[in-house]
Amino acid sequence: MLAKRIIPCLDVKDGRVVKGKQFIHLRDAGDPVELAMFYNEEGADELVFLDISASSEGRNTMVNVVRSVASQLNIPFTVGGGIHSLENIKALLRAGADKVSLNSSAVKTPELITAGSDFFGRQCIVCAIDAKFDKDSGFYRVYIHGGQKRTEWDAIEWAKKAVSLGAGEILLTSMDRDGEKNGFELNLTRKISESVDVPVIASGGAGKLSDFSDVFIRGEADAALAASVFHYKETSVKQVKAYLKQEGVAIR
Amino acid sequence: MIGILDYGMGNLYSLSQALKRLGQPYIISDDPEKLDQTDGLILPGVGAFKDAMAALNKKNHVSFLSRYIQKKPLLGICLGMQLLFEESEEGEPTRGLAFLPGRVVRFSGISPKTGERYKVPHMGWNTLDFKKADSPLLKGLQPDYAYFVHSYFAMTYDPSVLIATTDYHEQVPAIVGRGRVFGTQFHPEKSGNFGQALLKNYLLFVNGSKNPVPPAQLSVDQEGR
Repeated sequence: MLAKRIIPCLDVKDGRVVKGKQFIHLRDAGDPVELAMFYNEEGADELVFLDISASSEGRNTMVNVVRSVASQLNIPFTVGGGIHSLENIKALLRAGADKVSLNSSAVKTPELITAGSDFFGRQCIVCAIDAKFDKDSGFYRVYIHGGQKRTEWDAIEWAKKAVSLGAGEILLTSMDRDGEKNGFELNLTRKISESVDVPVIASGGAGKLSDFSDVFIRGEADAALAASVFHYKETSVKQVKAYLKQEGVAIR
Repeated sequence: MIGILDYGMGNLYSLSQALKRLGQPYIISDDPEKLDQTDGLILPGVGAFKDAMAALNKKNHVSFLSRYIQKKPLLGICLGMQLLFEESEEGEPTRGLAFLPGRVVRFSGISPKTGERYKVPHMGWNTLDFKKADSPLLKGLQPDYAYFVHSYFAMTYDPSVLIATTDYHEQVPAIVGRGRVFGTQFHPEKSGNFGQALLKNYLLFVNGSKNPVPPAQLSVDQEGR
């Protein structure tokens, strides 16, 4: 049976993992390879590296980070952040990333989704969507540039559009839930999961163990992504998976 | 020496690094003359069936592979595994290498059992069901999860080529083989410790198939950490 996936997300700035301070037993908690191997040992099904470098030099180091990670890690990983061109996509995939995730650039230049998916196959192209509920309009609105710029897109419509353009997976982050540790956004996750025929990764809001079973059972997510709860050791991948198994969720 | 056939389809870095971690010398090449010197081949591949066959035909790789498998082992991975079959319906029907009997078809997206819609691609970790536990590829292994990413799968009328299957609304061939030709639909280089052990089994098979077998050549087993 196809297992639900647990995906830790690592923020990388200028080639170093940030938020890794709690890993006191690691020799170098800022080393992407060490953290990747740690999560692999813990039973992570996949990893996401999000490049949050502000400078182009910082971004260029990401290709080297990807290459080092790929030389050691034997599970799949996705790279996102600051990918603007087919050249960026090619460089990252050739360096050993399994997928790239496009966010703002996908909204601004939707043809990038198609170009990427034509070149390497749709399974390599993840469309990341940051969404926030808009009370006035009554829909979940898509934001870009790290949540700073609102767009006119309804998240469900954008997800459908992205898939029709060639995205092979949707990474949905709820801005309302992100950082709140109060549970994933189940309603939107389920609606998107029902609207597209590709896998949906839910992100934003992971706190307690039951949040994970909720997002799989009630939110119909195919994968759940979390950052802080894992980095700050509030829970571990191992613990989450043991809990899900007990709850009858298919888990590797 | 293992050869990875580079015919321009997809990323070979992760695979080559997996061989490196296993202490296995390898070459990546598109030159049949160089590849002919190897003891076993890996045919990787990501992308479309038709493009892959066109690329293989362009450099006479089809006839090279047909000759190669008369003497030495071949492992196809993902699209490389699908190419081993007779035909694919991806795009317009395209003839494959026809080393194994069967046809590559798309997941319908509608469960034949329940009539419900399901997601395509089949993406993620799925359990294997061993059909031929005595295959050299499965030596010492227990059924485990493997990492799949694909929208097409091989349908075969000859169950004797099925070494392991997985269930994704259809019975999906996960490991196939006949004689010295093998294929995995999943990515062993991305399938954790199980995938690594399976690759190692293939390398042992390759190195054991060499005739005669100098004992020193089997050191992969010790270096395999």
